[in-house]
Amino acid sequence: MNTPATTLNMALFPLPYRVVWWLVFAVLSMPLAWLVNLGLNDGLGANPIEFINRFLGDWALRMILVSLAATPLKILFGWRWPVRVRRMLGLWAFTYVALHITNYVVVDNFFAWDDIWKDIVKRNFITVGMVAFTIITSLAATSWNGAIKRMGSKSWRRLHKLVYVAAALGSLHYIWMVKADLLLPLVHSTILAVLLAIRVYAHITRPA
Amino acid sequence: MLIKIAKSWQMRESDATPEAIYRDRRRFMKGTAVAVGGGIASGLLPRTASAAWTPGTKLPNLVKSDYTVDAPLTKFESVTEYNNFYEFGTSKDDPVSNAKDFVTTPWTIEIAGEVANPGRYDINDLLRPHQIEERVYRHRCVETWSMVVPWAGVALTDVIKRLEPTSKAKYVAFETLLDPKRMPGQNRRVLQWPYVEGLRMDEAMNPLAMLATGVYGEVMPPQNGAPVRLVAPWKYGFKGIKSIVRITFTEQQPPTSWNISAAREYGFYANVNPEVSHPRWSQAKERPIGKFFKEKTLKFNGYGEQVAHLYRGMDLAKFF
Repeated sequence: MNTPATTLNMALFPLPYRVVWWLVFAVLSMPLAWLVNLGLNDGLGANPIEFINRFLGDWALRMILVSLAATPLKILFGWRWPVRVRRMLGLWAFTYVALHITNYVVVDNFFAWDDIWKDIVKRNFITVGMVAFTIITSLAATSWNGAIKRMGSKSWRRLHKLVYVAAALGSLHYIWMVKADLLLPLVHSTILAVLLAIRVYAHITRPA
Repeated sequence: MLIKIAKSWQMRESDATPEAIYRDRRRFMKGTAVAVGGGIASGLLPRTASAAWTPGTKLPNLVKSDYTVDAPLTKFESVTEYNNFYEFGTSKDDPVSNAKDFVTTPWTIEIAGEVANPGRYDINDLLRPHQIEERVYRHRCVETWSMVVPWAGVALTDVIKRLEPTSKAKYVAFETLLDPKRMPGQNRRVLQWPYVEGLRMDEAMNPLAMLATGVYGEVMPPQNGAPVRLVAPWKYGFKGIKSIVRITFTEQQPPTSWNISAAREYGFYANVNPEVSHPRWSQAKERPIGKFFKEKTLKFNGYGEQVAHLYRGMDLAKFF
């Protein structure tokens, strides 16, 4: 397990932190750039609003999974750089989630607050999605250094553990949304389960 | 009520293509395909009857009907590239690519059950006696999007009358082709295959119900349900079973695919109804494909005048 880890670490670590940060930033912006590209080139299909909604929802969940992958990468391969850029990963997740919700409120429903409110209270998959959105938003709002200082690192950490709840609710939101084909929702949920299982395993087997 | 049946429509079982002849024809078609594969220029081949069912071919002698809607047609590309047809994949853009090479010639439809004229009919024999007409219908998907589609086809009631269902026939059951080699989506058990649907007899005999063989004046593209599909515009789109190979007249209410998949969410009737929500989403509004703003959904998709009487006295929240 050590050999490939060292090679990969060697490959990235000599790069200055700033360069790694911008590289990762650029990679995570690519889905959004792709969506914009499709939009400008008439590539959103017959139902563009639904397409944008699904696309942003898919990538919101994937970005949450990406930010939850930092710790497992450290546990498995000893990589430290994902943890160092993790705040940016989380803020990208928030960005995709926020765009997903904005599309739902503004483009899909055009501020029909009455309809939106009924959706939130009556439709389970939207209820859990909104709870996840609220969690992710509060994590993004407390992501700056000053917030950690003000809250104290212990309660800040406790608050940010809610990301696990948000990830689980996001997966549930996806599972409950589909009509019959559960393949893709279950692929995402399985990845989440693996990422969490690695943490649990490391916790159980950690030297006393 | 006296139902008049035109004598010329009546058909005996012996009028249908006997299976042996049908098999022969199939063998001939295969031979032709081999010949093409052998490198013979296709221009030298005689034109066979199959050309009549090639998607994209203009339907000859198509007449306009009085059935039309006061709304602009949905774009041809949207009608033919945004489809729910799980036999060819579960994404909206799967059917147009996966059904591209779906061969619908020859095509036989088995008529069975409580009917005077059962048997295996070549699609041409089943539909030829009837005038193919164009009808512009609203199409409302259970997923809350909608279209306005110019279908081409025949009134289901005319075909049924000719087949002479017996007095025991209370329902009509439809079945889609089961052939995972040609319909790759059937390799995954997303739904129970083959897809099955059904109508109550009086629904099937309603003049609105049609067997469609084309859209936009052309032979039905495979992704839309070629060669023949049901269209019942006052019901959610999933009732419109595609690529039909069997029509059975039954005494009991037949099972239907989405009801088997999720009985809480999809009923037998599936009438468009803004007052009855899908358990997971509201049906009050719909997004017409090609428009930005949602619109209010109409009860029976706007066809109440023609069909509301079929459901008089029924609790539509219970029989959804």
